[in-house]
Amino acid sequence: MSDTAARLRGKDLLGIADLTASEITLILDTAEAMKEVSSRPIKKVPALRGKTVINLFYEPSTRTRTSFEVAEKRLSADTLNIAIGTSSVVKGETLIDTALNLEAMSPDIIVLRHASSGACHLLARTCKAGIVNAGDGMHEHPTQALLDAFTIRERKGRLQGLKVAIVGDLLHSRVFRSNIYLLTKMGAEVWVCGPPTLMPAGIELVGVHVTTRVEEAVEGADAIMMLRIQLERMEGGYFPSLREYFQVFGMTPERVTLAKPDAIIMHPGPMNRGVEIASEVADGPASVILDQVANGVAVRMAVLYLLAGGGEHEAVA
Amino acid sequence: MPILMDSERIGRTLTRIAHEIVEHNRGVGDLALVGVRTRGVPIARRLAAILRDIAGHEVATGALDITLYRDDLMKAAVGPQPIVRRTEIPFSIDGRHIVLVDDVLYTGRTIRAALDALIDFGRPSTIQLVVLVDRGHRELPIKADYVGKNVPTSRRETIHVRLAEIDGEDEVTLDQIEGERA
Repeated sequence: MSDTAARLRGKDLLGIADLTASEITLILDTAEAMKEVSSRPIKKVPALRGKTVINLFYEPSTRTRTSFEVAEKRLSADTLNIAIGTSSVVKGETLIDTALNLEAMSPDIIVLRHASSGACHLLARTCKAGIVNAGDGMHEHPTQALLDAFTIRERKGRLQGLKVAIVGDLLHSRVFRSNIYLLTKMGAEVWVCGPPTLMPAGIELVGVHVTTRVEEAVEGADAIMMLRIQLERMEGGYFPSLREYFQVFGMTPERVTLAKPDAIIMHPGPMNRGVEIASEVADGPASVILDQVANGVAVRMAVLYLLAGGGEHEAVA
Repeated sequence: MPILMDSERIGRTLTRIAHEIVEHNRGVGDLALVGVRTRGVPIARRLAAILRDIAGHEVATGALDITLYRDDLMKAAVGPQPIVRRTEIPFSIDGRHIVLVDDVLYTGRTIRAALDALIDFGRPSTIQLVVLVDRGHRELPIKADYVGKNVPTSRRETIHVRLAEIDGEDEVTLDQIEGERA
């Protein structure tokens, strides 16, 4: 349905909301070529030689940070990791001051994770370097949605017309927001499900089917995407107990049988086994959870490659 | 728009090159063909089919995308990045005689990139180069082992290779670059 864009507009990847369907297709197609690089004996190409990428992480992350770093190294970029515990932030420096100081060392791309929604947009307006959003607050996590889409497309050959069920904590999840933008732009039929206390207000207005019955969401689905219950937010009293949550919303082998026979099970990690997903499902034949991790590297390589070639865009003040 | 080669001429030329490859390598044992994307790939496939007829067995054939190895990749200040496509080399190139195949040899920069890309896959015992057209104007010390047709050109001219698999018909033409005719 969508043709492929020749390039990405702009120097940044701040969210899926800003992308067109043809830009998404361009990233996914480029990621297919990048995936082949990871299968070679020498897993490295010289495309970003001489480019500097800074990974600036204000929140703990293992998977995403490692994935970006592997992607950068496979493209031959020079990478720097700044973890906030060891930086001047503990001395009280603001995000913009930190970024301006880093920018003085002329990096080409800054990969940013921050606990505040919109932090990446703020930085993108301030910095000449391209900004890649690696998760900002409860807003977006675009590369996660792209790798989810890549994984679905790899297994199903398309996104258009597929039924995708997203189950879990919809309120706090930036993965969920990015996925909704992406899947609806690409023409998938999205069903979302979770406790009413964990649903954002106005959810039914964004073009998705909403239900609190997990069986209804999963029935006939081509892909089931489980979201993490953020245990650190349990104090909010969103539901009575983890045990009850598992009984009502957890992905059990019985519930999986309601989906299409070739349905795939996805989870962005880190998983809470026995809370949102049963171990038999997470480790079962339908699970593509580890493929998602492998595909994350390919998708991030594609994003970095496409942005690094964007050249000298003027920062919009 | 002078036509340099038509379908028949391209066919005869590839048959001749296939015979030269067999002669030079004394058979097709340990031989593999690697086409440079985009139009080197169908040419490599056609050569493989001819070699099968001559020598009686299959010659492994792969496709190489050199985009990530280009020396002009990050040079353009603004503008689209070239689209990256899949490299498909489903065999080991270690110790093999690799015949690299491309449509037009011009500055030599594509082949330089292809050599770098290929060597990241292993250590072939030799790399030989087939081109359908050599138009001169080399900027690097690179030479083809098998040439379909040598065509003296000026830099204001361009060679268009059209192949049935991609373009619907076989034809090689010599054209003036738009806007430089005056």
